[in-house]
Amino acid sequence: MDKIKRILGVVWMLLGPATLIFLVYEAWQKIKANPVHDVYLPWMIIVIICIPIAMGMVLFGYFAWLGEYSREKIE
Amino acid sequence: MTAVSKRKLYTVIGASSLGTLIEWYDFYIFGSLATILSEKFFPPGNPTAAFLATLATFAAGFIVRPFGALVFGRLGDLIGRKYTFLLTLVLMGGSTFAIGIIPSYENFAWAPGIILILRLLQGLALGGEYGGAATYVAEHSPPHRRGYYTSWIQTTATLGLFLSLIVIITCQQLLSKEDYYNWGWRLPFLLSIVLLAISIVIRLKMQESPLFAQLKSEGKTSVNPLKESFGHRANLKMVLLALFGATMGQGVVWYTGQFYAQTFLLKTCSLEPTQTNTWIGIALLLATPFFIVFGWLSDKIGRKPIMLAGMLLAILSYRAIFTQFYRYADVSQKQEVAAATLTKTHTEAVKKSKDSLLLTTTFKQYTDGSTSETEVRQLLPADPGKTLPKPETKKTIVLADSYGIKIIGLIFLLVLFVTMVYGPIAAFLVELFPTKIRYTSMSLPYHIGNGVFGGMVPFIATLVYEYSKTASNPAGDYLAGLWYPISVAAVCFVIGLLYLNSRNNHDHLTHH
Repeated sequence: MDKIKRILGVVWMLLGPATLIFLVYEAWQKIKANPVHDVYLPWMIIVIICIPIAMGMVLFGYFAWLGEYSREKIE
Repeated sequence: MTAVSKRKLYTVIGASSLGTLIEWYDFYIFGSLATILSEKFFPPGNPTAAFLATLATFAAGFIVRPFGALVFGRLGDLIGRKYTFLLTLVLMGGSTFAIGIIPSYENFAWAPGIILILRLLQGLALGGEYGGAATYVAEHSPPHRRGYYTSWIQTTATLGLFLSLIVIITCQQLLSKEDYYNWGWRLPFLLSIVLLAISIVIRLKMQESPLFAQLKSEGKTSVNPLKESFGHRANLKMVLLALFGATMGQGVVWYTGQFYAQTFLLKTCSLEPTQTNTWIGIALLLATPFFIVFGWLSDKIGRKPIMLAGMLLAILSYRAIFTQFYRYADVSQKQEVAAATLTKTHTEAVKKSKDSLLLTTTFKQYTDGSTSETEVRQLLPADPGKTLPKPETKKTIVLADSYGIKIIGLIFLLVLFVTMVYGPIAAFLVELFPTKIRYTSMSLPYHIGNGVFGGMVPFIATLVYEYSKTASNPAGDYLAGLWYPISVAAVCFVIGLLYLNSRNNHDHLTHH
């Protein structure tokens, strides 16, 4: 189980930036198609909020990769 | 742990819960009145834009919650739990009352900005409140009953919503439609000042948490709770685990069950507000005892299995439940009573303009007893050379009483999932962190999970639904908004399943 946790750490490390890239791309597409206040404001809010959360996800993945969540370390 | 008598413990729970309930009430009336607030405080125009603007304000309230968690969490770990959550109560009550006295945009152009600031203050206060209340009760409770006792605090969020709905429905019933629209909607906000006074008196009588008081007398309180919570790897990794393995999924399940369901029924299904809110209120009331049941059960079998089961059930059943909601309200599938159809047309002058407004209202009745009212508002420019703007259409469906039991049942199921993920979460979080930095450490993941991931559910789900509308499918995919809570809950479920400790951890509360 500890090995799976460590391997999945890589997935979590990738999930953070992948989500952010997806959101920035979607935001760019939607704003470009309709550059009005009601479109860019919500997208800006979403993207800005997601930056620290994506960083947190990377850090979580990194800790998982290092084995910080192995059974002996969290019990 | 300092021995606390059962009677004193219930006094602590009662006093903490009442204050927290009032804070939730204050916070929710804004969300419950989002539609009317968007018309009163935001520049008129596109109704969807106005609605999104209010939801953005709603979300802004949630986004600042993590900052409230940091500011008041730090304060709570430095000076104590009691005075910190007294301060959050005053901030919340004062902001809510102020929203009730701000003139509408029509008379006061600064209204949108001031409303936004007041909403941010509400969010800040709530960010400080919950962690304090949960910590305070947990620090009075015996370890083997912590899930049960803290679950009383967990009921306050739902009861706060319930209270807000009761007050709103009562105002709607006592006043005429016009009076309610003109000034009656302000009453729930103004009532807050009375509730504030009551809870200040109650909280002033409370004493400091025994564990914190002991730490303080021994000079062992944290000097820098923020640094100790987030600067040390051993604690930071638990903060991240709490967020991604528990509160993130719990937050989206909670807000989908209690808030997006309401938005979906009112906006997507066009159901009549009083009927819908009454049914939601009944379902909330029926499901609320299950917070206590699952809190109690978590003391017996652990927090993790209950929270993850709630998440999994939500992931698997959301689409089916919301499809049913939509089907019940879909009048295109109902058989019309042709003889009962009635159309009324009248024209009225537009204030401060030479234009006029043509209102066409069509009442329809269906064989199952449901009715619908469609109002088409067509602006008629005084200048005949001007092109006609696109008419605005507003549909309101009143379902037959026979649908009540079905819709209440489905909302009950949604709230039951909420009770599973939310009932044990306070005990789960307080047990993860040591006493001296508990308020700060547990507040942040709780408020990011609930405030950001959860609080954004109605906003993002509405946005996704709007984007699903295309030229080939102008009605859009009514279930599109659900992808957000389903995917967040699914990631959280996997992380929780693999990384969370299955055993209850009581060590931090017994040996600080």
